[in-house]
Amino acid sequence: MIAHTIDSIRSGLLKKEFSAEELAKQSLAYAEAENPKTNAYLTFSPDRALAAARAVDAKIAAGEDPGPLAGVPVAVKDVIVTKGLRTTCASKLLANYIPPYDATAVIRLEQAGGIIIGKTNCDEFAMGSSNENSAFGPVRNPVALDRVPGGSSGGSAAVVAQNTAVVSLGSDTGGSIRQPASFCGITGVTPTYGRVSRYGLTAFASSLDHIGPFSRNVRDSARLLQVIAGKDEMDATSATAPVADYIAALDGNVRGMKLGVPKEWMDGLPAETGDLIQAAIAQLIKLGCEVKEINLPHTAYAVACYYIICTAEASANLSRFDGVRYTTRAAAANSLTDMYRITRDEGFGAECKRRILLGTYVLSHGYYDAYYIKAQKVRALISRDYTQAFEQVDAIVGPVSPHPAFKLGEKLDDPASIYLADIYTVTGDLTGIPCMSVPCGNTPEGLPVGLQILSKHFDEANMLRLADAYERNTI
Amino acid sequence: MKITEQDVRRVAELASLALTDEEVVHMAHDMSGILTHIDKLNELDTKDVEPMTQVLYEASDTATLREDIERPSLSNADAVANAPNAGAGYYKVPLVIER
Repeated sequence: MIAHTIDSIRSGLLKKEFSAEELAKQSLAYAEAENPKTNAYLTFSPDRALAAARAVDAKIAAGEDPGPLAGVPVAVKDVIVTKGLRTTCASKLLANYIPPYDATAVIRLEQAGGIIIGKTNCDEFAMGSSNENSAFGPVRNPVALDRVPGGSSGGSAAVVAQNTAVVSLGSDTGGSIRQPASFCGITGVTPTYGRVSRYGLTAFASSLDHIGPFSRNVRDSARLLQVIAGKDEMDATSATAPVADYIAALDGNVRGMKLGVPKEWMDGLPAETGDLIQAAIAQLIKLGCEVKEINLPHTAYAVACYYIICTAEASANLSRFDGVRYTTRAAAANSLTDMYRITRDEGFGAECKRRILLGTYVLSHGYYDAYYIKAQKVRALISRDYTQAFEQVDAIVGPVSPHPAFKLGEKLDDPASIYLADIYTVTGDLTGIPCMSVPCGNTPEGLPVGLQILSKHFDEANMLRLADAYERNTI
Repeated sequence: MKITEQDVRRVAELASLALTDEEVVHMAHDMSGILTHIDKLNELDTKDVEPMTQVLYEASDTATLREDIERPSLSNADAVANAPNAGAGYYKVPLVIER
C-alpha cells in the first residue's frame, strides 16, 4: 500500500490515476488485513466510506472542487461520535452504542471530502497512557509489536504509523495525542483549547479536553487542522478567534525565531531521550533559531495538579453512564440504586474506577478546598510560568515523554509511575496552549522519540512552521 | 495521604460504584500512592492566588450565546434507541417508589 499524503491523493485523483472509490476499497482491504497485528481499529465503516468516496468521484466528474481532504482515508478515535456507526469509547458499557449524531469535527472532515474508514481503539474513555486500558484489548505499537503505542489515542497513532490510514483524529486531555505520536514516530497536534469544537467528543475532563490530528508529516496535520478548526455554535467553549492559514505558514523560514528550552524539563531527562532532544535543538539552531534556557518553576507540581483536576471533572462527566440511557445494564439489579452501582462496577475498567474514586474523593465534603481548589490555584501558577516564558520566547521546545514506548504489561501494576511520566505533556492542557509532537529520531534500540513544540494561545501557525522547517531538514 | 478501605467504601457509595472486597483493597493502595504524590502541592503557598477554573476566559459574558431560534432536536425515537430498556417513548428503570 502506497504511503499517501493528502497532497499525493489530491494529485492522483485530479490526474485520474485512481478514483476515490478505488482508493477507499484498497485502503479498507489493506487496513482490515493488517489490523490483527496491532488491534488498532475497533470498527470499520465500509458503507460510509464507499458512499463518501463515490460522492468525491461524482464531484470530480462534474468538474467541482472535491474539497481539501478529497478521498483521504481517515480514522477517528472511538471517543468521537459518528452517526449510525458504533462508538464504544473502548468501554464495555458502550459496546453496542450507535450514536444518533455526528461530532462537528467528523461533519467538517467529511464535508471536506475525507473518507472515514473506521474507528480506532484507545484507553477506555481516553484514560491512560498506554492503550492497555481498553475493554477490547490493548493496541500494539507498529514500530515494535511487543510495545505499547502510547495512549490514550494509541489506535489513532498506530493506524497512521502502520499506514492503514493517511491521517486520523485523536483527543488529548493530558498528553493523549502527543505521547502516542512520540511513541509511534509520527506527528500529533493538540491545538489551542477551544480551537476545535468538542461537540460529539465524549467528555472526560471538560476544561482540558481537545480534539487534534495525527499524520505522517507536518503538512498533513496542518491540512486536517485547517478543516476542523473554528467556531462551532454547538460548543460554547469553541473559540471565535479567526483561524490562521496554516499551510501558508509552512514556508521553512524560522530564522530569528526565539525558542525556550525549560531547564526543569532537561534536568534529569534520561540520555536515550535527552540526546535526541539535544540533537534536535542543535538542528534548530542551525536553521537560524535563537535558543535560550528558560524556567518553568512549577513543573514538579504539574502532575499532581493535573490528576486532581482531571479526575474531579471525570467523576462528574462519567456519572451519565448509569445503565439508563445509552449503556448496557446489569441484569442482576432489583432496585434503582443497585442498578447504577452494579452496572457501573461491571462496566467500567479499573483505570476509570480509580479516577472516578479519586475525583469523587477530591470533590467530597472536607477535601474540596484542600485538593480541588488548591489544584486550581496551582493551575494558575503553572499558567503564570508560561505567560512569563512567552514574554521572552516565541515557542518552547523539549521532550514529550521521559522514555520511549515501553513493553506491554510492563507498568500495569504501577499507576502512579505511569502518571508521573505525563510531566511534560499535562501543562499544555492545563494552560490551554497549542502543542505538538514531531519525530526527532530513534533511540539506540530503534524506538521513536518525539520533540515537543509549544506556542502561545492561537499561535498554531508558528508552531507548525517550526515543526515543518525541522522536518524538512531532518528527513 | 493514606486512604483506608473504609474511605474507599465511602467514596464508592458517593460515586455509585459497587466494588468487590478485592477492588476495595487495590483501590485503597492505589489512591494512597497517588494522593501521597499529590500532597506535594502543600509545599506551595497559594494564599493570594485566584483559582483558575478555565482557560481563555477573557471574553464578555455573552460572547458564547447564539441566537435563540427554534429548531428540531433529537427525535424521541432516536433518544431512546440505545436504552437497555425503553417503552412508549420512555426509559424504563427498576421500581423507585412502592405504592
